[in-house]
Amino acid sequence: MLRFLLRRVYVLVPTLFGVSILAFTLIRMVPGDPVLLMLGERGGDPALIAEMRANLGLDQPILKQYGMFIWNALQGDFGTSVVSKRPVMEEFWGRFPATFELGIFAIFFATIVGIPLGIIAAIKRNSAFDYLLMGSSLVGYSMPIFWWGLILILLFSVNLGWTPVSGRLSVLYDIEPYTGFFLIDTLMAEEDRWPSFWDAVRHLILPAIALGTIPLAVIARMTRSSMLEVLSEDYIRTAKAKGLSFRRVIFLHGLRNALVPVVTVIGLMVGTILTGAILTETIFSWPGIGKWLVHSVTARDYPVIQGGILCIAIIVITVNMSVDVIYSIINPRIRGQK
Amino acid sequence: MTSADAENQTAFQEFWFYFSQNKGAVFGLTMVSFFLVLAAFAPWIAPHDPTKIFEGFYRLPPVWAEGGNSRFLLGTDDVGRDLLSRLVYGARISMSIGVLVVLFSLSVGTGLGLWAGFKGGMIDTVIMRVVDILMSLPSILLAIVVVSVLGPSLFNAIIAVSMVSCPAFIRLVRASALGEKDKQYVMASRSFGASGWWIAVVNILPNCMAPIIIQGTLGFSEGILSAAGLGFLGLGAQPPTAEWGTMLSDGRSFIESSPWLVTLPGLCIFFVVLGFNLFGDGLRDAFDPKLKK
Repeated sequence: MLRFLLRRVYVLVPTLFGVSILAFTLIRMVPGDPVLLMLGERGGDPALIAEMRANLGLDQPILKQYGMFIWNALQGDFGTSVVSKRPVMEEFWGRFPATFELGIFAIFFATIVGIPLGIIAAIKRNSAFDYLLMGSSLVGYSMPIFWWGLILILLFSVNLGWTPVSGRLSVLYDIEPYTGFFLIDTLMAEEDRWPSFWDAVRHLILPAIALGTIPLAVIARMTRSSMLEVLSEDYIRTAKAKGLSFRRVIFLHGLRNALVPVVTVIGLMVGTILTGAILTETIFSWPGIGKWLVHSVTARDYPVIQGGILCIAIIVITVNMSVDVIYSIINPRIRGQK
Repeated sequence: MTSADAENQTAFQEFWFYFSQNKGAVFGLTMVSFFLVLAAFAPWIAPHDPTKIFEGFYRLPPVWAEGGNSRFLLGTDDVGRDLLSRLVYGARISMSIGVLVVLFSLSVGTGLGLWAGFKGGMIDTVIMRVVDILMSLPSILLAIVVVSVLGPSLFNAIIAVSMVSCPAFIRLVRASALGEKDKQYVMASRSFGASGWWIAVVNILPNCMAPIIIQGTLGFSEGILSAAGLGFLGLGAQPPTAEWGTMLSDGRSFIESSPWLVTLPGLCIFFVVLGFNLFGDGLRDAFDPKLKK
């Protein structure tokens, strides 16, 4: 087990190193002078250009620049935004809870809907329900998320008026962002506790559904096929032969084993969720890291892009590794394999 | 007819037999062909020039809705361009994106994957490490980063999406090449004194074709989807190009008053992507009937 863990960490280090090189080279690959591009209209003043170049360390030799970049990053300093003049890390952590809250609820929605649907489809294999579900899951998988989000807005916000169009909370409620998770913060507020909580929930529902649709399709499909595989195992036949009730066979003997790969797939969805979040946040004006990064690209705020990809890569890589390790704990068979 | 022809024909017939049994796959193929025809014959199908502005005909609804005009079957957009013509020309753009992305990522991915799988050792480690790094970042984020370096345009979006699509091909081809390279026919070829690249390209590659073709089909849908996503974010094709994602993003501001400006381009993206996905799934089943349970 220890050797397995060490091997995972051993692979992790060069990957993170590679990502840091990627993030570092990026700002230097821009055709033309990045400083001039970032300064835009104000680019005429040579003193300003020299100052900014010195601030970004661009007047140093390239290897020294990279060394400084890594050294600072290891200490948690990812540079300073050109637009807001605030540290990239501070901006990142200010927006991360919004994306995290959205992502968690999207996965939650996908899981509580997807797993039961998958189980039913597996039990009623080749039934109309099964075909319908597998068909819809392919439809869900092919859905352009940016269009699906707009259709949801059109249906539920514009036509039915059930949910707000964008943002995280109405301007009506002024809450203190203790944690950055609005569902918690609203409950910690002094006044209007429940109305503001309900308001936050209503803001969250549509983006969570939009973001959760592709994971939902994948989870339902995965649960079905994993369940079908398990149900054909010998021990299920034994359980049935022992005269156990249908429920016990399905849920205790079947589901417990079928869920192992499903849980892994859910864990590995962090990348999918972050990809989707970039589009979802843009549609719903959700103030998270996706919207922030897209905005930084348009504003040519290179330190933010550089720090942002590094942060996201670290998150995705660490989560994927943890999922790998957890999977090897619940399923010891794969530990020996390479 | 030579015997080789007959053999090919039976192989194709066998393939078609399995493929045509799959209703979804046939639907997908129909969908794909439909958009291919639109793309190929756009100038003859589209009733108007996609960038021509008709003064006074702003945001007309489709012909079946109240206030529709039969000159503009699917209505007009906010500056008075015919939506149907723009959608038809959009098919041309999306299909070209798909073709270019697949051509680029398939050739680069196959080359590198074959090299890594066949050579092994240091080259393999380096290539696979780079693939790991590229795959550890969300694909659209990586594409956004590439676009941020090159600047937003349709062509740069295609480059970005192609780069993002490469790792999948590399992994796939490497895995198949690894599986093939120790087989007896490779050893036989080597014993005849065949050179390394001859074995890789002439002996091994044809045996890795099925997964490459399948991934190529699925790569179409992913490429089209990602490029449309970049267009939607304002980082892909720029207006007035009739690209579906860009049109969708333009129509967003009018979602309440003119919902068709959002619905119709999105439907096109959706059906193209669905078509390629169904077609790809069908190919996978038809190539390997044993996998079908």
